[in-house]
Amino acid sequence: MSQENPTRLELIGITKAYPGCVANDAVSLKVAAGEIHALLGENGAGKSTLMKMIYGVVKPDAGQVLWNNKEIAIEGPAQARALGMGMVFQHFSLFDTLTVTENIALYLSPAEYGSVSALRQRIVEVGEEYGLAINPDREVHTLSVGEQQRVEIIRCLLQDIQLLILDEPTAVLTPAEVAQLIDMLKQLARKGCSILFISHKLHEVNALCDRATILRGGKVTGSCIPSETSAGELAKLMLGDELVLDHDLPPGNAGATRLTLCDIEVRPTSQFAIHLHNINLELKAGEILGLAGVAGNGQDELVDLINGELKPDRGTLTLDDVALADCSIVARRRRGLGTVPADRVGRGSVASMSLTENQLLTGYVNHGVRHSLVNWAAVRQRAADIIGDYGVKATGPASMAGSLSGGNLQKFIIGREIEQQPKVLICFHPTWGVDVGAANHIHKELVALRDRGTAVLVISEDLDELYLLGDRLGALCGGRLSPVRPKAEVPLEQLGEWMAGAFGNAQEEVAHAH
Amino acid sequence: MRIEKRLQPSQTMVYLSPILALVLTVFAGGLLFAALGHPPLESLAIFFIEPLRDTYGWSELAVKVTPLLLCATGLTLCFKAKIWNIGAEGQFVFAALIGGAVSLQLTEVQGFWVLPVILLSGALAGMAWAGIAALLLTHFNTNEILTTIMLNYIAVNLLLWGVHGPLKDPAGFNFPESALFAEHTLLPLLSFDYRVTVALFIALFMVVVIWVLLARSLLGFQLRVLGENRNAARFAGFNSRAIIWFLLLFSGAMAGLAAISETNGPVGQLIPTLSLGYGYAAIIVVFMGRMHPLGIVLASMLLGLTYLGGEMAQIDLGLPKSITGLFQGMLLFFLLGCDLLIHYRLVLKERAFGVATT
Repeated sequence: MSQENPTRLELIGITKAYPGCVANDAVSLKVAAGEIHALLGENGAGKSTLMKMIYGVVKPDAGQVLWNNKEIAIEGPAQARALGMGMVFQHFSLFDTLTVTENIALYLSPAEYGSVSALRQRIVEVGEEYGLAINPDREVHTLSVGEQQRVEIIRCLLQDIQLLILDEPTAVLTPAEVAQLIDMLKQLARKGCSILFISHKLHEVNALCDRATILRGGKVTGSCIPSETSAGELAKLMLGDELVLDHDLPPGNAGATRLTLCDIEVRPTSQFAIHLHNINLELKAGEILGLAGVAGNGQDELVDLINGELKPDRGTLTLDDVALADCSIVARRRRGLGTVPADRVGRGSVASMSLTENQLLTGYVNHGVRHSLVNWAAVRQRAADIIGDYGVKATGPASMAGSLSGGNLQKFIIGREIEQQPKVLICFHPTWGVDVGAANHIHKELVALRDRGTAVLVISEDLDELYLLGDRLGALCGGRLSPVRPKAEVPLEQLGEWMAGAFGNAQEEVAHAH
Repeated sequence: MRIEKRLQPSQTMVYLSPILALVLTVFAGGLLFAALGHPPLESLAIFFIEPLRDTYGWSELAVKVTPLLLCATGLTLCFKAKIWNIGAEGQFVFAALIGGAVSLQLTEVQGFWVLPVILLSGALAGMAWAGIAALLLTHFNTNEILTTIMLNYIAVNLLLWGVHGPLKDPAGFNFPESALFAEHTLLPLLSFDYRVTVALFIALFMVVVIWVLLARSLLGFQLRVLGENRNAARFAGFNSRAIIWFLLLFSGAMAGLAAISETNGPVGQLIPTLSLGYGYAAIIVVFMGRMHPLGIVLASMLLGLTYLGGEMAQIDLGLPKSITGLFQGMLLFFLLGCDLLIHYRLVLKERAFGVATT
């Protein structure tokens, strides 16, 4: 490595468009030798697409890539590897039934590793050098997720590596493993290897990275030195430019408590699930409570818990003073709990069925069914009413849900839930990927619903939306809930800190799952 | 020439595909006959037309349609929910064994309740056999395709044990067959000239039942959602476990009734080769019939014809009876191939720029 840290990788005006969306719009960024560079952004900001273009998996439509100050066109991962790049994907590409050595041998050409026994020796050496202890003879299915990640990293390190790309490497690790990984990456950087680190966990970026580039909607919205930037500012760069606080919508009048969550704990049921700790929440009639948080901090688990798909390991849920613990999903709906899921195509609707049938999907609980026979005329009529009343652009109730645009389908789903006159409505990402017109419409409907006395919980990554709708605000981080305070008492900086996990007693543990 | 994904699945192809598959099967069948040294057109006529020359032929078709249609009604519901019950065959055979044993027990007993008890015993036996797969699926998440296939082999061996052992006719010269069932344990014939029994009406009635269930009931809607999007079914609070139990038990019961329609109908005793693969052929019936009640009626007639045609080919052409299986296999093979065209289309030539293709 030469002195003065030369530029290792430079991107100029990289653009990539897919049908219907621009994943990267004129993205430029610079990584110096030995630098740990974070790429921050919410889900769908274009981080992964950018990484794939650097590693040659996807070709950019426009823009230049400079590698050690020479312009290059990367034809594929093989070429990227030959140049000295390595990438660890979020989902590992390992064969479960092969050993560690065999997996790595598959990835390299025989010329690169010589003999299998020599390769085995190299794996042990590299593992010791970087503190990535691994038994090269174990079969991959016997390894923990953290160990599997080590295999992926080791196979990048076997070559003369100059740039290591990691796509959300900490998402699957325990806190101890995260600390180990961070040490290892710092050691690697000291030897001159540049590291591109994709994350949406602000505290890790603060702990590890020299520089950060922030993407939002495919564009670079800022670049900063994390150690000199507050979590609040980072969150702001990630989630919203200049927040335009819109006070057009009148505040709500909170009434009696409707939904109560008391000391809830939910242990993770899978590798990727978040552990919910000590959730205490009161949702009142006639208010909208807004919960902020970066994706993957327990929002999915919280929604599943309230909807009844997840059972709490500890704590109680009550709706209008009735305990919900033993209530099925249907029983909860009968009691007046409505839910709008985040994944409107995967869960909230059936793409291959008509809007009439999709209305029945949750509407059957209190409408259109007698003696377990469906009154299709009534169901169709209500679907038609929703299409009309909520401004859904569709040819009619017979349209397939899958043929609607995201915004129109979302309007339909929200209409479907509101028409059931819920006492409590949980809205997860109510306007994610929805155009401005549809979003405004949805916001007005939610406020109108609140004014009719429904308790509304809005969980969103869109801070504009939360400040617009919420009467009280809070945030989720690492499966813990921040304090919940009236909107006027929560400035943006405060919310940003909560989103980064800085809220009182939860701070001493790294706010992280598992 | 290349294959290109359609923007939307083609509804036309959904209905055209079985017809196309039939045409291709007839064509390939002709080639097969020619290769075996028989005149293709005449042989095809013997296979597909000769069996239906007279009323008796049509009545024989109804005899074959009865068990096929009964099995297919249960499978239609299962497959709509994407529960791949391949075990109608085993449920059929096990129900035949139990129903046969009950029938033999009732040889000396008279009463209006005898036939209902036999039918019920068959249905319950089919349910019990399907229930094993349901239990394994709902409690241990075992793949139902594998368990139902394995249960088929177990059931066949149980039947063999039965006819070689406890159920063997004492006066049967040691043949592995049960005694002939008593007259009053047999299903009533519709006419003394033909072998068709009242079971045909049970089958047609069950077709109406599943039609109403699919089109009008909440359960029918829920099982369709389960088949299309399990996450949505879970989110909406459908009891998937209960639905899966219902589906497997119902199809088990239908296979059980199909078994009684054979043992206590045209066959009249337990024999080792009782099922001619009706449980498997019913799978083809459901796919050919596009999982629609009306469709499976038509498809069961086609599949029923392959049995009659196979018998004709044995008699007139001296071909082995496995010709039936060959034609059934070709039907399924070509159907699956043609179903590709529902989601994809063939583009014969690269078109010039600017020509709109829709």
